[in-house]
Amino acid sequence: MSTTTKHETTINVPEGLPMVEIIREFDAPPEKVYRAHVDADLAMSWMGPRDITSRVDHWDARTGGSWRYVSGRGDEEYAFFGSFHELRPAERIVQTFTYEGFADGVSLEIMTFEPIEGGRTRMRAVSVVESVEGRDAFVASGMETGVVQGYEKLDELLPTL
Amino acid sequence: MGSLASDDRLSRVFAALADPTRRDIVARLTGGDATVSQLGASYDVSLQAVSKHLKVLEEAGMVSRSREAQRRPVHLEAEVFDLMTKWIERYRQQAEERFQRLDSVLAAMDDSKEPDRNLDEGAAS
Repeated sequence: MSTTTKHETTINVPEGLPMVEIIREFDAPPEKVYRAHVDADLAMSWMGPRDITSRVDHWDARTGGSWRYVSGRGDEEYAFFGSFHELRPAERIVQTFTYEGFADGVSLEIMTFEPIEGGRTRMRAVSVVESVEGRDAFVASGMETGVVQGYEKLDELLPTL
Repeated sequence: MGSLASDDRLSRVFAALADPTRRDIVARLTGGDATVSQLGASYDVSLQAVSKHLKVLEEAGMVSRSREAQRRPVHLEAEVFDLMTKWIERYRQQAEERFQRLDSVLAAMDDSKEPDRNLDEGAAS
């Protein structure tokens, strides 16, 4: 694991297109990054917001399968579901994502894992939604949870990397 | 989550940007102030319609119109850019935080090459 490599998340929010593109590199080969996305236990350990515990309702990780998990904080519960449209080990994940609190909203997520030098991975994740307004709302909802979580968790995590 | 004031502000901005003509007006104003008639010349709509759009943008705090000059040029509030830039940066930070957790997960994973193991087991825990 390299400590000198930059891991900055790059995000592109193209004007006039209902999509968000995220690019991030990881100090692990594509097989592992892929596995961390499709293994229920591994996925739950990093996907949900940090101060919230997430439990899998069901998780059928195969092409044509589906998933649902529920995140809770106190009495509040947030449920998310989607389909695994295509799982291509170590290469590509295509899935849908819906937050049940916003039932009409759905995004199509296309993740590709590209092997790069040093046994590392460059992941490109594209989220496509129905409209530019929907995309902007999607980005703004990220802001809200970002505010709730705050920077201290980030600081807390940094030394463990 | 989020204060009511900012939620309200956000929904106004979203509503304002829901219309393609208004999005275009905002895009045009990034190039500099313009009068209603200058803006109207670009669209196949009446000046009244342009004024209505501007009113929505004004109420969302996205544009302002100077009171002094008779031509009252429409001015895009710089804050609008800040707002969008802030959304994107916060979103990026949230994604980055999530990926740092993934970094930790990846570092802790064993090297057994069994990427398909859990595909058959589903939600095994």
